[in-house]
Amino acid sequence: MDMEFSPEDLAFQQEVRQFIADNYPAELRGKQDEGEELSKEDFLAWHKILHKKGWIAPAWPVEYGGTGWTPTQRFIWSEETARADCIRLMPFGLAMVGPVIYTFGTPEQKAYFLPRILSGEDWWCQGYSEPGSGSDLASLRTTAVSDGDDYIVNGQKTWTTLAQHADWGFFLVRTDKDAKQQEGISFLLIDMKSPGITVRPIITLGGEHEVNEVWLEDVRVPKSQRVYEENKGWTCAKFLLAHERTGIAGVAASKRGIEKVKAIARTELDGDKPLLANPFFKRKVAELEVDLTALEFTELRSLAGANAGKGPGPESSLLKIKGSEIQQRLTELTLEAVGHYGAPYFRGFGEGDNEHPIGPDYAHRAAPTYFNMRKTTIYGGSNEIQRNIIAKMVLGL
Amino acid sequence: MDFTYTETQDMIRDTLARFLADTYDFETRQKFINGDTGRDPAIWTALAQELGMLGAAFAEEHGGLGGGALENAIVMEELGKVIGIEPYLPTVVIAGGALKAVGGAQADAIIPEIIAGNAIIAFAYAEPQGRYDLANLKTNAKKDGAGYVLNGHKSVVYAAPWATHLLVTARTGGGQRDTDGVSLFLIDAKLPGIVRRDYPTVDGSRASEVYFENVAVPGDALLGSEGAALPLIEQIVDEATVATCAEATGVMQKLHEGTLEYTQQRKQFGVPIAKFQVLQHRMVDMFMEVEQARSMTIMGTLKLGLPANERMAAVSAAKAKVGRGANFVGQNAIQTHGGIGITQELAIGHYFKRATMIEGQFGSVDHHMDRYERIVLAD
Repeated sequence: MDMEFSPEDLAFQQEVRQFIADNYPAELRGKQDEGEELSKEDFLAWHKILHKKGWIAPAWPVEYGGTGWTPTQRFIWSEETARADCIRLMPFGLAMVGPVIYTFGTPEQKAYFLPRILSGEDWWCQGYSEPGSGSDLASLRTTAVSDGDDYIVNGQKTWTTLAQHADWGFFLVRTDKDAKQQEGISFLLIDMKSPGITVRPIITLGGEHEVNEVWLEDVRVPKSQRVYEENKGWTCAKFLLAHERTGIAGVAASKRGIEKVKAIARTELDGDKPLLANPFFKRKVAELEVDLTALEFTELRSLAGANAGKGPGPESSLLKIKGSEIQQRLTELTLEAVGHYGAPYFRGFGEGDNEHPIGPDYAHRAAPTYFNMRKTTIYGGSNEIQRNIIAKMVLGL
Repeated sequence: MDFTYTETQDMIRDTLARFLADTYDFETRQKFINGDTGRDPAIWTALAQELGMLGAAFAEEHGGLGGGALENAIVMEELGKVIGIEPYLPTVVIAGGALKAVGGAQADAIIPEIIAGNAIIAFAYAEPQGRYDLANLKTNAKKDGAGYVLNGHKSVVYAAPWATHLLVTARTGGGQRDTDGVSLFLIDAKLPGIVRRDYPTVDGSRASEVYFENVAVPGDALLGSEGAALPLIEQIVDEATVATCAEATGVMQKLHEGTLEYTQQRKQFGVPIAKFQVLQHRMVDMFMEVEQARSMTIMGTLKLGLPANERMAAVSAAKAKVGRGANFVGQNAIQTHGGIGITQELAIGHYFKRATMIEGQFGSVDHHMDRYERIVLAD
């Protein structure tokens, strides 16, 4: 057991650092610094650069387009991208449906979908939650009825993140109404341009259009777009959720977030001293750092276990719980740090805007981000559901 | 970067766990901690001579297995699991650590005695006025010919009643809280003028108030250089702090497991109380604290070799997190047990007492958060 980087690792770190410095889009950097909401093109710009370099999917097996990096190199990669404040890549294709397809998909599905996920040609969204099925996901009621070589899908999905941009969606649907809840579900890949699909925005507390309702009315889906066996979709769903939860720890991004909070608290004044000199504020920052260190080393231990042949297991629930709590505390400290200038509502730059928004740049999105990040303890299985999972799967209760 | 244990390390853990399961069950432990001397010396001898365990963290040239801080952590965690009172921490981790750092004739003479189980060394560093400040010393050593004359009062010296040697911090110069002028001595515990007042501790061990009354100390008892030992003392106390985090992890794991077991047996309202979701979630929160304590112990252990500031920040982060976790897991273990938890009858309460003492050992949560902030969050 050791934490040393080998000379090869250090060279790799240097290579990554240089690559980001040379290639990260300047326009995107500018928007991030101003605190503007990012467009589909913004997200895809960085994605396409990484794809061209061959670094878009470090976690994938090499045969499907992964990088073949060692765990240490992957650690360095996530550290360096966070350090340079690179935007987070959209997880729906790369981290969610991609692994499901290469694990459970047919050769045809792999050949068609995987390269398009890697290139960014297809934007994916996730059709899981329904108005009546949140934490109790298996109670979902969207149906897929067999009709020759197709299914006819009817129902409603909700909280579908960035579905307004999506080319494809992966959906959990009920294919057997009489089976026990988890056993009658199938996993379908659906073209979002199919007739019968309607996407309606849901505006969240920060004013963002991030999530949507998706209505499916007599949507015809070829059976060749079902992943894995009929009525066995729950297997894919569980696999995906465990994968989703490890990424959710967000250690590197939270480290970067703490540096930002510290920078703000060194700029903002409290009396005649920087806010960071206030012992109460300072203690909150320190405690957050300590908790983040505990999360980081728990994740490193978990990765070491995963490399020893154990996939992400129920302990990933721990990473989700602690990771999301830390992300929220970070937004809370940021909002506290900016003081008065948390209040002005910045709608982003419209056409022809040339006035600088109210308050310092770092304050523009403090409150919207605080509001928005309440989602982290709710999505991906709420933190209460995660505790149920640990109680059952780890503690055997 | 590598987060796996070697085969040798796994073997050390397994061997020790098996030995302690056989020799250290709760009733046996209660019997000897309540006896005259408060220990069973045969266990220490067996650890040394049958298992070779006291050499795990020493170099092969001294007769050890060539390990270091990771091996210490493994031994301490296993001792934690049985709330062991063996003086491994002061003897091997602290005095052994100081001797390894200093090297030379002193190391060559004493380390083999430690490995053989012949030397038990207590660490006399705390003083009534000093709290957690290692440099706040009234105990002084005055140069006298080739040797020194030692005077002072050391507080709560764990394992002192059993010790063959004392590792003592004392002033050879400077004012009471100066960083300069601090020296470290390894002395025979039976030197004339050493007066002990022995007592049991609340967590099952034995300790002493140690008074030095014009104790004549030979010159070769000095470890490191005169008046400049504070960095060495800080280093060995950091090593001891992380080792205590490892012990805490073992204690916390047992508190959690004991609680899981009890809630599955105890019935109220016609069902095992483990069926209640409010208790399940509480036990998940305990589980998460145990796992994070384990992570922080590994983090702190791996960073012991870094430059002093980085080492101190890491150790303080670890101890703060583990201290808080030990408090949470201990208190909730008792709460979940209900009335039976506050009796002497079950082991759980004894684990709780040790967890509680660990919270303050080598610095409270606040002390370590302060030190962390001074290093990492300087204005």
